[in-house]
Amino acid sequence: MLTDLLSNLDINELVEATYETFYMTLMSLIGTVIFGILLGLLLYLTSREGIWKNKFLNMITAIIVNVFRAIPFIILILLLFPFTDFLIGTIRGPNAALPALIIGSAPFYARLVEIALKEVDKGVIEAAKAMGAKTRTIIFRVLLPESMPALVSGITVTAIALIGYTAMAGVIGAGGLGDYAYFFGFQRRDVDIVFVCTVIIVIIVFIFQFIGDFISNKLDKR
Amino acid sequence: MISIEGLSKYYTSKKNQIAAVDDLTLNIKEGEIFGVIGYSGAGKSTFLRLLNRLEEPSKGRIVIDQQEITALNSKRLRLARQEIGMVFQHFNLLWSRTVKDNIAFPLEIAGFSKAERDERVHELIELVGLSDREHAYPSQLSGGQKQRVGIARALANNPNVLLCDEATSALDPETTNAILDLLVNINEKLGLTIILITHEMHVIRKICNRVAVMENGKVVEQGDVLDVFLHPKQRVTKRFVEQVMGVDDEDDGVSHLIHTYDHGKILRLHFIGETTNQALISQVAKKFAIDINILQGKITQTQRGAYGTLFVQIEGENEEVNKAVTFISDETSVEVEVIRDAN
Ligand SMILES: Nc1ncnc2c1ncn2[C@@H]1O[C@H](COP(=O)(O)OP(=O)(O)OP(=O)(O)O)[C@@H](O)[C@H]1O
Ligand SMILES: [Mg+2]
Repeated sequence: MLTDLLSNLDINELVEATYETFYMTLMSLIGTVIFGILLGLLLYLTSREGIWKNKFLNMITAIIVNVFRAIPFIILILLLFPFTDFLIGTIRGPNAALPALIIGSAPFYARLVEIALKEVDKGVIEAAKAMGAKTRTIIFRVLLPESMPALVSGITVTAIALIGYTAMAGVIGAGGLGDYAYFFGFQRRDVDIVFVCTVIIVIIVFIFQFIGDFISNKLDKR
Repeated sequence: MISIEGLSKYYTSKKNQIAAVDDLTLNIKEGEIFGVIGYSGAGKSTFLRLLNRLEEPSKGRIVIDQQEITALNSKRLRLARQEIGMVFQHFNLLWSRTVKDNIAFPLEIAGFSKAERDERVHELIELVGLSDREHAYPSQLSGGQKQRVGIARALANNPNVLLCDEATSALDPETTNAILDLLVNINEKLGLTIILITHEMHVIRKICNRVAVMENGKVVEQGDVLDVFLHPKQRVTKRFVEQVMGVDDEDDGVSHLIHTYDHGKILRLHFIGETTNQALISQVAKKFAIDINILQGKITQTQRGAYGTLFVQIEGENEEVNKAVTFISDETSVEVEVIRDAN
């Protein structure tokens, strides 16, 4: 009966689609974390109480972050077509989805990074200054390690949002489970495919959440 | 050792300007424990943070160890800061690092190798008495233990100066005493100069050699701790002395004493440090054929000996009693005042 129900399912295609979803999520997550931390640090350091207090730079960064956060993802993909084409050489496939995924979620993660950094005890930063620490030392030995649990839970939240984005990107031909569910499931009226893809996506989300919580708890010695 | 001239820090808000530290001049000697006391908002923390320029002075000059702190560029200032330890009220440890790694942090900043760091950290952990806790995280320590880590960390780079901002204010009285003992111990062992900020007079009494009293950003009184205890001039200072000695309600007490103890001689003994007078009472009682009855009083210990007053009643032959009084006033540093003669 079960095989009957899932008769339209090609297991190889499903594995391929799942792999693509993982691939897009992880690659874009790496990019998002790098750019998000850079932007988040910039927001934090140039803020009013920051080490590099700079009203102008802070405003510019905040505007960029807010603008890109405001654009709906599906529109962002379309807007980025020329850029993607130039960068990747195509607008189809998992790699072509990466620029949009990263640009779409890095600003979001940047805000989470900023919040995490603001939570770092001012006294600890002051103590590092009193020891004669350089700004670089303060960033890498104080700010980042002391905010690590929050940075990691931010990564978890972002990763889950990214899984959603990859499914959306699928609709314009990026590959992955979204693509598979839409073109093979929805458009051919094979509901079972849509259903299986959904279940797999939910499982992936659970896995990310579980791993993220586990790491975050392990790191937190407070 | 440390000279501070005309040091000022102004904060300007939209409406007005406040002088958190106002034209402050002080000299602190090498190897002493110098206390700064004042009520909340007096400008103590601001003053201390100006010393290593965590706060930029608006005006004035700071020289520490022949080095003009106020003239250093940011690179030289960072190096100078490595020679100035700082201890905080709320410890300010990195929760993400173990005790050992917290203490190693200033050594990392100063660029020591792993082996050198390990060796030094080991010494420091020993010094502050945390030998079995080196792999613990700060969250697993008590307040007193955290402050020991804070002190070890401040000492890591062998500083010549230790700045302590309310280092014991977050601790209970017993732990406070243990930490103060540790500071005295360090001061004697390593010979470093300690500047200690507090709003508790008993901290000053217990470990400081000299004290400055701050009010509204200014030093209103300073001197040897014992002198300040003996002859507080300013109203703030008197209030701080009362913190330790209790409110001066002696006059009431005295007339009450005279009424209650209606025979014998009543004396007020004034202990003012220098010589040890612990055995005074028993000495006098043994030497002369008199009886001594302690009526009331309060004695406290400072770094330079006992300080306080004691009321006693002396009974016996007139001649013997007079001899005893002469002995106390001539042979010891205790001042005697006859409240009521024998009748
Ligand atoms: N960053 C700042 N901006 C504006 N005013 C400040 C700032 N820091 C301190 N002040 C003001 O300077 C004065 C002295 O503050 P400071 O913290 O030095 O006092 P304190 O003696 O250490 O008090 P406490 O015992 O409460 O710690 C206060 O009136 C305070 O409001
Ligand atoms: Mg203070």
